[in-house]
Amino acid sequence: MIRFDHVSKRYPGQQDALSDVSLHLPAGELAFLTGHSGAGKSTLLKLIAVIERVTRGSALIDNVNLATLRRGRVPWLRRQMGIVFQNHQLLYDRNVFDNVALPLVVAGYRSGELGRRVRAALDKVGLLERERAMPITLSGGEQQRVGIARAVVHRPKLLLADEPTGNLDPELSSEIMDLFVQFNQVGTTILIASHDIALIERFRYPVISLAGGRVVRNDVAGAERAP
Amino acid sequence: MILRRKRTAPAPRRPERAPAGKRRPAGGQRGASRFLGWLQEHPRAALASLGRLWRNPVAAAMTMAVIAIALALPGALWMLLKNAEAASEGWDTGARISVYLQPGLERSGVEATAEAVATVEGAQVVRRISADEALDEFRALAGFDRALDALERNPLPAVVVVEPAGADADTDALAELVQRLQAVDGVDRAQIDLEWVERLYALLDLIERGITLLALLLAAGVLLIVGNTIRLDVLNRRSEIEVVKLIGGTDAFIQRPFLYSGFWYGLGGGLLACLVLFTLGALLAGPSAELAAAYGSGFRLRGLSAAEAGLLLVGGGLLGLLGSRLAVGRHLKAIEPG
Repeated sequence: MIRFDHVSKRYPGQQDALSDVSLHLPAGELAFLTGHSGAGKSTLLKLIAVIERVTRGSALIDNVNLATLRRGRVPWLRRQMGIVFQNHQLLYDRNVFDNVALPLVVAGYRSGELGRRVRAALDKVGLLERERAMPITLSGGEQQRVGIARAVVHRPKLLLADEPTGNLDPELSSEIMDLFVQFNQVGTTILIASHDIALIERFRYPVISLAGGRVVRNDVAGAERAP
Repeated sequence: MILRRKRTAPAPRRPERAPAGKRRPAGGQRGASRFLGWLQEHPRAALASLGRLWRNPVAAAMTMAVIAIALALPGALWMLLKNAEAASEGWDTGARISVYLQPGLERSGVEATAEAVATVEGAQVVRRISADEALDEFRALAGFDRALDALERNPLPAVVVVEPAGADADTDALAELVQRLQAVDGVDRAQIDLEWVERLYALLDLIERGITLLALLLAAGVLLIVGNTIRLDVLNRRSEIEVVKLIGGTDAFIQRPFLYSGFWYGLGGGLLACLVLFTLGALLAGPSAELAAAYGSGFRLRGLSAAEAGLLLVGGGLLGLLGSRLAVGRHLKAIEPG
């Protein structure tokens, strides 16, 4: 699903944020991406979401070469992903239902199917009865669950999560993680960037660690190690 | 992989071939459903942008009022011009030519010249005015009694008033007739009495051109007004735009509500401009009718016609759309998640 070969990313006028990163996350895997801040976690996620472009090397997402992907095709690739943000990135001028429906609206779903899918996603995260609520009235954990419902409502092949439990207490973090595990069990490939060591150790999934822009640990089965 | 397939359809149609279609056997059906979804998207975007304007009524009304003024100003001038043209219509028909004979011509000379004028092709003598008659008329009309008394001799020439024989003599034919009349022995000069009407028409043409230029200038103003309003709107919704881009919203999807907003601004402005011009016409109809009656004229003030109102609405809407398009394309590109 994700295949990086000798990928480097350099921001203009700065040192390499990622240097010579090679990794492979097969479809259906769940893996953690760890490292201190500044290690390159965010950069790696940004490259996968095509928020930033690769400077050197080759990066394939679902066999699509990110280096040659035209700007006009980027939205199309993003529709095959779901992204969960640390700060939720909800739209506060519309209710929970409309927030979750957004990826379907963007992809052009009709109201009937749209409603069914949104309710299914909200049911999954346990917020079905709050669909008319405004996000601002929800707790942090609930807002994060809305964010997750929005990330999975269009049944993406790949789910990226950037510090999804960053602001939550351990109990809520576990609940959120349980959701990811459930999605993984139905075949979704998931990459979770996190520095919550306790959580990572509890769930015993493969870990990819970055330090100084390089891969320093890679547990993913069948992965080519960086030299 | 679908991604690599050559793109054949324009960007907004992309929902037809969305990812789910590939994974499911019922892809075709689903694709059709997506296409219907795309069709639904337009009224959705149109209503959403209208709702947004509705929730900020003061700001929206002010923008529309500025647009309305920019549209109503040339509109009002245009109405004025059309009415001036309507009022002066027919003033150039029934042209008469005054043929002035050489002053100091003897009575027999006057007689002979008048006969010669009468035989000129295309000329029909309406009336002859001898120098004495002209003097009497002038005296009666102008009240120059004493001034004229002081003159030793009659300064006025004899005049033969001629009409073109053909009913619908055009300007060229008139000019030729004047040439022929001036060639007659004993004629000093021939003059069309309607030169001032021609000058009026020339003036109206000039004013029309001026109004057109003014309208173009104000149309550019409308583009800027709408463009600036939409620009602020885009900047205000920056975070929303970033999120929608991350979720896979195409540029077309994101700019659609903004384009509709621009269209509504323009349409609202056009509607207000129509109201202003209708009101103006209604307010001036009575007094102008009284004025026309006082001059014994059947002239009636012509207000905004339905076609002109339609033109204002369509023009306003299109200007709004264009202004929004100019602003949104540039500013959306600048907003990228990151």
